[in-house]
Amino acid sequence: MKFAIQINEGPYQHQAADSAYLFTKAALEKGHEIFRVFFYHDGVGNSTRLTTPPQDDRHIVNRWAALAEQYNLDLVVCVAAAQRRGMVDDGEAERNRKDATNIHPKFRISGLGQLIEAAVQSDRLMVFGD
Amino acid sequence: MSILHTVNKSPFEKSSLQSCIAHASEGSALLLYEDGVYAATKGTSVSDLVAGVAGVKLYVLGPDLKARGMQEERLIDGVTVVDYTGFVDLAAEYDKVVAWV
Repeated sequence: MKFAIQINEGPYQHQAADSAYLFTKAALEKGHEIFRVFFYHDGVGNSTRLTTPPQDDRHIVNRWAALAEQYNLDLVVCVAAAQRRGMVDDGEAERNRKDATNIHPKFRISGLGQLIEAAVQSDRLMVFGD
Repeated sequence: MSILHTVNKSPFEKSSLQSCIAHASEGSALLLYEDGVYAATKGTSVSDLVAGVAGVKLYVLGPDLKARGMQEERLIDGVTVVDYTGFVDLAAEYDKVVAWV
């Protein structure tokens, strides 16, 4: 079965970022397909490569990146939500004349159309967040 | 059409559980997870509401119960404990998933 995942909550905020990850991992291990993971609203914070949690804590960003590497996941960050919150990749840095970037290379910035497409193409859309 | 409803907030913090139960129809299921698991225990102000839902199967996410130090013996009768794999199975089994976030 094809799943699309939507995450509306930031990392280390409450529990949605963890629930979404654990659900996605369990689905993949069961042999299901994850069409796309879409990070929306405060969820865009899950994509910053500058995150440095304490060593004995889980690294939410790297954990997604590792899962993406293993299963070739499409991790998409909403562009409008990202711009508002200062989440920048190379393209956005150039377009908006910013002097730094912070998006992890395993994530990509794109538009809301990607969420709609994921919802249409998948059998289920799972929403995690506040 | 069968629906899996998910509630992730405590009924003592938000009204999403109450809204969900008001809309859930017979043949659907309700999964309580994150702080939503507090609604699965006996002896609270929402126990009667949860226990009285007709024709809706009740599930609770075991790891989230455990993370909050809640014992399965205190669960409302008829509530089934599932793990993340069980969560995935429920999402696949029901035709649609409605997240009451």
